Amino acid sequence: METFVFDGTLEGLLTAVFYCYQKKSEKVKVVSSAHFHPDVFHQHFTVVSEDDKAKRVWAGLRKKLDPGWMLNIYKAFLSEQPQAFQHLLDFARYIIDHEQGAETNFGNSDVLAISQLEHKVHREKHRMEAFIRFQKTGDDIFYAHIEPDFNVLPLLIKHFKNRYADQKWIIYDLKRKYGLFYDLEKVEEIVFDFTEEMSPSLNALPARLLDEKEELYTILWKDYFKNVNIPARKNMKLHIRHVPKRYWKYLSEKQG
Amino acid sequence: MYERIREKLGILADAAKYDVSCSSSGSNRKNENKGLGDAEGTGICHTYTEDGRCVSLLKVLLTNHCIFDCAFCVSRRSNDIKRAAFSVEEVVELTINFYRRNYIEGLFLSSGIFKNADYTMERLVRIVKKLRTEERFNGYIHLKTIPGASEELLKEAGMYADRMSINLEMPTEAGLKILAPEKSHEEVKKPLGFIQKSITQFSDEKALIKHVPKFVPAGQSTQIVIGATPDTDKEIMHTANAFYKNFSLKRVYYSGYIPISNDSRLPVIGSQPPLIRENRLYQADWLMRFYGFNVQEILNDAHPNLDVDVDPKLSWALRHLEQFPVDVNTADYRMILRVPGIGVTSALKIVQARKFGRLYKDHLKKIGISFNKARHFIRYGDSPMQLKEYEAGHIKGIILAESHSKYQKNPHNQLSLF
Repeated sequence: METFVFDGTLEGLLTAVFYCYQKKSEKVKVVSSAHFHPDVFHQHFTVVSEDDKAKRVWAGLRKKLDPGWMLNIYKAFLSEQPQAFQHLLDFARYIIDHEQGAETNFGNSDVLAISQLEHKVHREKHRMEAFIRFQKTGDDIFYAHIEPDFNVLPLLIKHFKNRYADQKWIIYDLKRKYGLFYDLEKVEEIVFDFTEEMSPSLNALPARLLDEKEELYTILWKDYFKNVNIPARKNMKLHIRHVPKRYWKYLSEKQG
Repeated sequence: MYERIREKLGILADAAKYDVSCSSSGSNRKNENKGLGDAEGTGICHTYTEDGRCVSLLKVLLTNHCIFDCAFCVSRRSNDIKRAAFSVEEVVELTINFYRRNYIEGLFLSSGIFKNADYTMERLVRIVKKLRTEERFNGYIHLKTIPGASEELLKEAGMYADRMSINLEMPTEAGLKILAPEKSHEEVKKPLGFIQKSITQFSDEKALIKHVPKFVPAGQSTQIVIGATPDTDKEIMHTANAFYKNFSLKRVYYSGYIPISNDSRLPVIGSQPPLIRENRLYQADWLMRFYGFNVQEILNDAHPNLDVDVDPKLSWALRHLEQFPVDVNTADYRMILRVPGIGVTSALKIVQARKFGRLYKDHLKKIGISFNKARHFIRYGDSPMQLKEYEAGHIKGIILAESHSKYQKNPHNQLSLF
């Protein structure tokens, strides 16, 4: 078995698929350089990402798969799980080597793994669409930060751009240290140097930076959340299943 | 500061919460005017209350003043509670500001009846009109149809709302007559029928003309209160089925009655709401809508009530062991869907995957079926030889012993003796 080490990007992974064919490899173990521990008994091959090689593999997959499945590949990749890279490589080879329609073979462990990874990432994306709580700042920007389990920011652009077409907004991923900024025209990637007063350890912005009405709507939202509850039906187990505790930090209605 | 608006929101959200619908899906309203909001596609639950219910919409009454005296309703005329009313501007501002902060998907607006039906409906329409036209709001709007309101007002409301609903309240006309003598199922059917007819008209026009305005794109729904009257599950589900068929409803909601009144016609305050029964009714509803079951198969004269200890699909299977086992490698999709422990997603995966080769236990487990439950009803590539036929009671015993019910043995408010 050969070991391929790639740079952790989607482009790199697709380039690795290309080399599987060029080198006529049989079983290939794929590892991202971040997870790779070299050992003296095995040789490895370092994959250098190449745009045109990656594009050829992508185009090859697109001939066999519908746009939904192409998106599934991207979503599974955004899971950033080490085992996802292996499944993606094997899945790509399985699709290329077989007749059209092979992606519906849920008896194949890679097909199943991709569809399950996709499912997890999609759920996280959906959760972010639900749990993001904007605060309006003094300069009319709606700001929120999050720490999603997977790298879902790229998947959120369309949703928030369509929805909040007439307001400026920022969504910042504290874990991966980058964010999205919509300026009423387009969405751009941004990186902050956090100052002390806007520290990532705070779950909200300090009052000084906020719009004067922000406090009112936070209070009204908390009031509303309390008032729609029916105590006779209390079911904390279900509550926590729907709103896992790790997300509470950024939900204004769950703050004391 | 803020006390007045906080008090109003408190009263009017509290009074609206017994309407359980919180769906924000099924519309096709896109943000095409670079305005605020987008109600296309699947709904979003922005948070969940501590009772585990989804919060998707700002659900409020315009007012809880009401001229009616329905025994099951908190806002009934004779109930001694604080009353309040929002102004049109207040509802609009709350909706817009909650929406901009990503708290909600839109507005669910209902109201007590003050003065008369038209007067109330006219106020509701004014709010949604302002949201759509002045604020260019494209979020989801669920608007209550006020029984007895004029057809002109309903038609105007339908131009702005995504969903409209009107509640049947009690499963049977007789039950409704006892608790709300001023109301009838007839006056619910009339506006339901009118709006349904208008929806069809608009979609017919759409086939001919390109730009037809939207009219209630997410359809209509209704709600039935469970456990306030002695109706059987059969009566409830047959009523629901008739309304699904006759009025093309998108949803029927079942709301377990929460005792809020000392009226002798109703369960006493403090008694446990019928949560398990409510859950079983929703399961039966799903079987009708997504699993190809006929209401007669689930509930009939021989079985007028759903089992409490097992779900209705398992219950049906145990009553019809002659139709099992089902071979997952050969059976129709329709029959695979009827196996307890196999849902729609898994059933679809099974029929796709088996084209590539026989399916074994391992495949089925990975696909995600509830294998321990399903194994009594299926055959697969490596299923063990079955030496004897088990009888229904025995299978039920095994399944119950292996599973952990999500319901506690004793209700929360019942003290145990030891």
